[in-house]
Amino acid sequence: MRFGGLTAIHDLSFNAYSHEITAIIGPNGAGKTTVFNCLTGFYKPSVGCLTMHVNAEALLLERMDGFRIARQAGIARTFQNIRLFAGMTVLENLIVAQHNLLMSASVFSVAGLFGLRRYRLAERAAIEHARHWLDKVGLIEHADWTAGTLPYGAQRRLEIARALCTRPALLCLDEPAAGLNPRESAELNALLLAIRAEQGIGILLIEHDMSVVMGISDHIIVLDYGRKIADGTPAEVRADPNVIKAYLGEDELEKLSEMTTADLSIH
Amino acid sequence: MMTTASGLAVEKEALTTPDWAALLKNAVMAALVATLLALPLVGIQTYDVGGGALGIRTHFDWVAIAAAAVFTGRLALLLQQRARRGEKRGGETVFAHLAAWGNRRALPLTLTGIAFAVALPFLPFSSRYLIDLGTTVLIYVMLGWGLNVVVGLAGLLDLGYVAFYAVGAYTFALLARDLGFTFWQALPFSGLVAASFGVILGFPVLRLRGDYLAIVTLGFGEIIRIILLNWSPVTGGPNGISDIPRPSFFGLPFSRSAPEEVTTFHQFFGLEFSPTQRVTYIYFVILALALVTNLFTLSLRKLPIGRAWEALREDEVACRALGINPTNVKLSAFGIGAMLGGFAGCFFATRQGFISPESFTFIESATILAIVVLGGMGSQMGVVLAALLLVTLPELGRAFAEFRMLIFGAAMVVIMVWRPRGLLANREPSLRLAPRSTRGL
Repeated sequence: MRFGGLTAIHDLSFNAYSHEITAIIGPNGAGKTTVFNCLTGFYKPSVGCLTMHVNAEALLLERMDGFRIARQAGIARTFQNIRLFAGMTVLENLIVAQHNLLMSASVFSVAGLFGLRRYRLAERAAIEHARHWLDKVGLIEHADWTAGTLPYGAQRRLEIARALCTRPALLCLDEPAAGLNPRESAELNALLLAIRAEQGIGILLIEHDMSVVMGISDHIIVLDYGRKIADGTPAEVRADPNVIKAYLGEDELEKLSEMTTADLSIH
Repeated sequence: MMTTASGLAVEKEALTTPDWAALLKNAVMAALVATLLALPLVGIQTYDVGGGALGIRTHFDWVAIAAAAVFTGRLALLLQQRARRGEKRGGETVFAHLAAWGNRRALPLTLTGIAFAVALPFLPFSSRYLIDLGTTVLIYVMLGWGLNVVVGLAGLLDLGYVAFYAVGAYTFALLARDLGFTFWQALPFSGLVAASFGVILGFPVLRLRGDYLAIVTLGFGEIIRIILLNWSPVTGGPNGISDIPRPSFFGLPFSRSAPEEVTTFHQFFGLEFSPTQRVTYIYFVILALALVTNLFTLSLRKLPIGRAWEALREDEVACRALGINPTNVKLSAFGIGAMLGGFAGCFFATRQGFISPESFTFIESATILAIVVLGGMGSQMGVVLAALLLVTLPELGRAFAEFRMLIFGAAMVVIMVWRPRGLLANREPSLRLAPRSTRGL
């Protein structure tokens, strides 16, 4: 993915599977959110292709409009800075997520206007679906609260619930644990593990919080300056020297070339 | 504005002794600006000396009065703001309670309002003038509710709403002149044509936001007006179109006499002919149209399309991430808002019997937008309140002739200082998980 002269992501290839939690980690500026934006249609990759296999179909994401990716390819995402519908209630946020289903049930609102049974049933089903996820994330008591008045941790959970209400095949979470204390992070882990177990949804995760990443990921990809430097299980990645170098830096004298050492008169 | 420097100074000060120097300086600056404005506007007046020449009369005493009024008013406002700092402003809490009380009793209040509106022509103090005024208020209420869909619900700042009003009116006028349509026959077509224009406007503005969207829609409004003004062979140009048929009561015309075989309204019901009959009928027609508009928009708000409008207003990026097509949502908002404007335009044409481009200027758009914003974006009751204020205030001011616009302007300033978010800016959710009664208060 190139922005003018800057190559944000260079030659990145990876697979993410359903029933698995894949984490993308790396220092800030490595290009992680850019990967998400390419996947979910906010950017069009300059080179390469993104294929989503869903319902025995292979969809080429780089050819699709942003909103169609969510609709047809079943990819839902959350945002680094929470993007909720702050003026609407918690429940309304989740019902908006099921917009497409309800629109077809209401035949472009005509069935809804006349109160036809088909629409009323669809709306009731949508509310039940929302209620199920509110229960799962622990927000059922706040269902009629205005979303903007929720505490931060609750807003993050609401965003995840809203993404899940779109009935996705792949859930992309952009730093879901940012700003959460250790107890809340542990609750998040439990929630993500439960989602994976029950729904079989694939989860793609960008995270800095290692307790979350190492605790629940099946598969980790490490990015640094737009390149993939490691790809494997948590144990493998933890021990990888390239990863350690990227995160912690290196002992400088060991790596300087002979010429440079001579120039700097270091002995 | 000027408040920043002295406002900050006052905040740092202990809340006991006011910083008179800063307050007076602020008030003097305001009075100075008022003097500068008042000099050319109020202080100098021209009059006709005959023979085409103009003389000048000066009114410097009025300028002094204006400056003094602004000085005292500003000082009073600053002192009142200081006194209220830290606690909720008195007016605000009272009105907030009123709004909350109103929301809980929305249904009985609405029914009372409708009952009053229905009974208006038959009340003892009613007159032709009052019914006419009521009709005008209701036209603006209907336009306000239509624009509410675009601006209040979908958050698309539309400054050219008068274009759809005009399209609706001219559609009916042309259908009547060339094809002999009656009001009721032309009504759906007015809405349809206006809706198409709404969608046509929607396409080029899809990617625009905020100010840019406002300017382009304003341009669209002007384009329509200029086309109407210049396309004389079709629209009659500045002369407009006249002899637009009035609505009849199920085929009974409201005239004193009619050609053979046609019974008039008063003949059928055995009443004395009175011009008030038609005026009253027209009043009920717009009342019905307005109520249908209200029910329609209230229902739409509870449907997926209405929620999508509100979600689009809140965050378009999040909408896209949820699989909602922003293009369709925006176009539907423009289209439906335009359709409602078209209906209002059709009614306007039949009420006046004559239309010309002069009725469809930018000032109309601005007035309708002012009604929506003043009432509180998205609030149905607020639009009614604001329309009442904005239409009746200038009328009441008629008694004061010269000071009419001054009173109107002062009222607007008061509202903007006291309730900047609009009179009834309170959003009721379109659905709840738990019914309201179980939540205690």
